[in-house]
Amino acid sequence: MSLLSPEWTALLYLAAAVCFILALKGLSSPKTARRGNAIGAAGALVAVVTVFFSARLENIPLILAAIAVGSAIAVPVARRVQMTQMPQLVALFNGVGGGAAALVAVLELSHSEDPWVRLAVVFTMLVGAVSFAGSAVTVGKLQEVISTRPLLFPGMPWVMGAVLLGAVISGVLVVLTGSVGWSLALLVLGLAAGLLLVLPVGGADVPIVISLLNAFTGLAVAASGVVLGNVLLLVAGTLVGASGTILTKVMASAMGRGVTGILFGAFKGGSTAGSTAVSDRPVRSSSPEDVAVQLGYAQRVVIVPGYGLAVAQGQHTVAELATALAARGVDVVFAIHPVAGRMPGHMNVLLAEANVPYESLRELAEVNPEFATTDIVLVVGANDVVNPAAKSSPGSPIYGMPILEVVQAQQVVFLKRSMRPGFAGIENELLHDPKTTLLFGDAKDSLARVLGAVKAL
Amino acid sequence: MGPVALLTVVVLAVFVGFEVVSKVTSKLHTPLMSGANAIHGIILVGAIIVAGQASDPWVLGIALLAVVLATVNLVGGFVVTDRMLEMFSGHKRTRKPVRTGAAKAGGSAAGGTAGDGHSGKGAPGGAAGEAR
Repeated sequence: MSLLSPEWTALLYLAAAVCFILALKGLSSPKTARRGNAIGAAGALVAVVTVFFSARLENIPLILAAIAVGSAIAVPVARRVQMTQMPQLVALFNGVGGGAAALVAVLELSHSEDPWVRLAVVFTMLVGAVSFAGSAVTVGKLQEVISTRPLLFPGMPWVMGAVLLGAVISGVLVVLTGSVGWSLALLVLGLAAGLLLVLPVGGADVPIVISLLNAFTGLAVAASGVVLGNVLLLVAGTLVGASGTILTKVMASAMGRGVTGILFGAFKGGSTAGSTAVSDRPVRSSSPEDVAVQLGYAQRVVIVPGYGLAVAQGQHTVAELATALAARGVDVVFAIHPVAGRMPGHMNVLLAEANVPYESLRELAEVNPEFATTDIVLVVGANDVVNPAAKSSPGSPIYGMPILEVVQAQQVVFLKRSMRPGFAGIENELLHDPKTTLLFGDAKDSLARVLGAVKAL
Repeated sequence: MGPVALLTVVVLAVFVGFEVVSKVTSKLHTPLMSGANAIHGIILVGAIIVAGQASDPWVLGIALLAVVLATVNLVGGFVVTDRMLEMFSGHKRTRKPVRTGAAKAGGSAAGGTAGDGHSGKGAPGGAAGEAR
């Protein structure tokens, strides 16, 4: 097998890097997004084929077998995952990428003599391990295997400090001595730091942390490029690190939060603790028939879909209800909060899955001035994104988050499973407002009954 | 490549990374995060290099584990992003749009179409083959 010259290898890696830039660029606009993703995949293919011809590699059959195993795991999972579980899957893929970067760095340590290269090894191991462990915790929180409430124990900041100090010390020792033993200590401390970083983050902020850890993995991959002297890894990792950082900032500001506030807010005391207690204050409950009459004879209805809708797999039924109302001459639009669902932009994916026409989706800034002239707002499985506490109570964990101001509409109908508070674990005053009625039950079930009643009008 | 050349590459890549995502609409945040996530799966190239130079069985074993993990990140990331984006470009769908279906179908039929939509979606998806 003849090998590629270093020049050809570098040129093919450059082509792959350009593909990645075009992929990110394409993903920024709805028209070009799918093509952008395909260009990225093509770039990855070019790079992987190139590496096999760039140097004399041993163990090629085993490597190909490992790639086949990885693909056999990833493709069915990626094809079959429910759209509601997308955030978990993205976090999972991110975590294994970070883990792979950390392992590559550990194995390269014995080949690294230069202290700068060893520093890059230390960085890759530490950040990769943080990303791996942190992502595992986010998956647990999103699956609700781990409590979505911030988890804290007494003295946690001190433990975190000790872990970081230990990581710095073992990192310095690895750079100075190249000791494999200390590198394993560093790996363990990195995993511990990842756990301690994400456990105190409250459920509502988990998506931001996924994005941040995504940027971390990018940086780990970039550093591994220094370790291996591979420019493609350096460029691709840096691109993801930089774009991931910007994306994290954009998302955090859509929630009215700073990134440091999200990571360390829980340490400042009780405010983010929230509550999972069921409120026993009185509310007005309603029947599907009453809701159907309210909706069927309204001029203008705004539907606010939330994660509860997605959990109940009700996105298709709500789309049908919107069509049925439109057929009666009701003006119906969907108001999409930027963080509706469990990940920024998640609800857009879910409604696209249900074929809701793009034109009937309204973003927060567009729809907020229109609530005053809206007869009824139908809130389906959402809570925190319409909670007026975000504007009125400075002590609330969601204070400062931009909300859909449904309180300004004439009437509000909530479809809710129970009086349990939302993902952020805070009570919603709007539920007790005189203009609010509640229809209890599974979102899809309630929607189907309302839909039936609307058709019978 | 010397340290200064590497630094040059890094700095330029940082600016490109900032620039390309600065104007993205919030509608596309989930696919963009997922797509960027797939790109760092290119650590697969590093894992292949390490596995290809391994002689010690332990080193080889760990390197192959890294290859598996990196492949999951790379291939899974591109496939799942493609699946999401396929939904955004709704017009190529085989299932009838909700608009026409709703006129005839009752509430119970809606559940049926939802289920069919999930299983029917697996068929296309070129990115999987490409990334391999």
